[in-house]
Amino acid sequence: MSILDLFKRRTSAPVARERLQLLLAYERQSRGQPDLVSILREEIMAVIARHVQIDQDYLQVSMDRGATMSTLEIDIQIPNKSAMPLAMTG
Amino acid sequence: MGKVVVVTSGKGGVGKTTSTAALGAAVAKTGKKVALVDFDVGLRNLDLIMGAERRVVFDLVNVIQGTAKLSQALIRDKRLETLYLLPASQTRDKDALTEEGVAEVIARLRSVFDYVFCDSPAGIERGAQLAMRFADEAVIVTNPEVSSVRDSDRIIGLLDARTMKAEQGEVVQKHVLVTRYDAARASRGEMLSIDDVLEILSTPLLGIIPESQDVLRASNLGAPVTLSEPLNSAAKAYLEAARRLEGEDLPVVIPFERKGFLDRLLGRRAA
Repeated sequence: MSILDLFKRRTSAPVARERLQLLLAYERQSRGQPDLVSILREEIMAVIARHVQIDQDYLQVSMDRGATMSTLEIDIQIPNKSAMPLAMTG
Repeated sequence: MGKVVVVTSGKGGVGKTTSTAALGAAVAKTGKKVALVDFDVGLRNLDLIMGAERRVVFDLVNVIQGTAKLSQALIRDKRLETLYLLPASQTRDKDALTEEGVAEVIARLRSVFDYVFCDSPAGIERGAQLAMRFADEAVIVTNPEVSSVRDSDRIIGLLDARTMKAEQGEVVQKHVLVTRYDAARASRGEMLSIDDVLEILSTPLLGIIPESQDVLRASNLGAPVTLSEPLNSAAKAYLEAARRLEGEDLPVVIPFERKGFLDRLLGRRAA
């Protein structure tokens, strides 16, 4: 910490206020609604299962909420041995 | 018909029981008949804060299950003859409460008392939902701190959805009571300000209770602070909050701490 920081110490209350406003805006909106991430997870899992057999644990769905935009991250690991051509499954 | 007021918060340890005792005693002091009902079954504490812990014989669960009459379970305060306490059970759990049972007890209290204060347990589960179920008004006890404000917001959502009034298309009148407010820390921008809390929760303010040693001392002695030390700052704030609860239009003064010399020198800004 430089000596200048002492003179320009940023207070923490405004940060608390911003974090709360962002969080509560989301929580109020999603109140009483089913959890979007778990719905997406289930449906993605169903689509994948039509083509490839994978374990639940190999699918990670996460949402990073931002102020104006959110990022949906989907990470699917397909083990080589379980990947089989469609022709063989059908 | 008396008014039913739930004192709730979501988060534990913010001052629900202390505030129930202080507000209830403040209203009873004006001559109104007041009943304080402890809904924290299994973890009762209102009896202790009220100094009536050695006089508990029957409790809310006994009344609901029909093993005691309401008049047997109600404990009259030794200092104020208009103030009564209905303690929670210490040995049972929250499943011992039924909605029909609570409905009947509340209806009977409402017919006898001017005010029925329901001291909610922490959390948002069954006990907390039963405490708010029949409320006409709600006092949401909030500390100026992120987790408390978040939980208060959640409780406000429940008050608007799960109460009898809400289900009948009416509105439970809500008030925020900010407790443990430290004016010095707020002015240094280290603590959420009153404006921050009100803006975030968009609910009217009932009062601001300053952080005070006297509140702890009152609890130690088993007396509501509004009775034991009515002249100290926290007690005054509770007495004023009680007047607002009764409908008086009394402006709230935000406790103010002058900036110290060092703060000025270092240019620390208030939030």
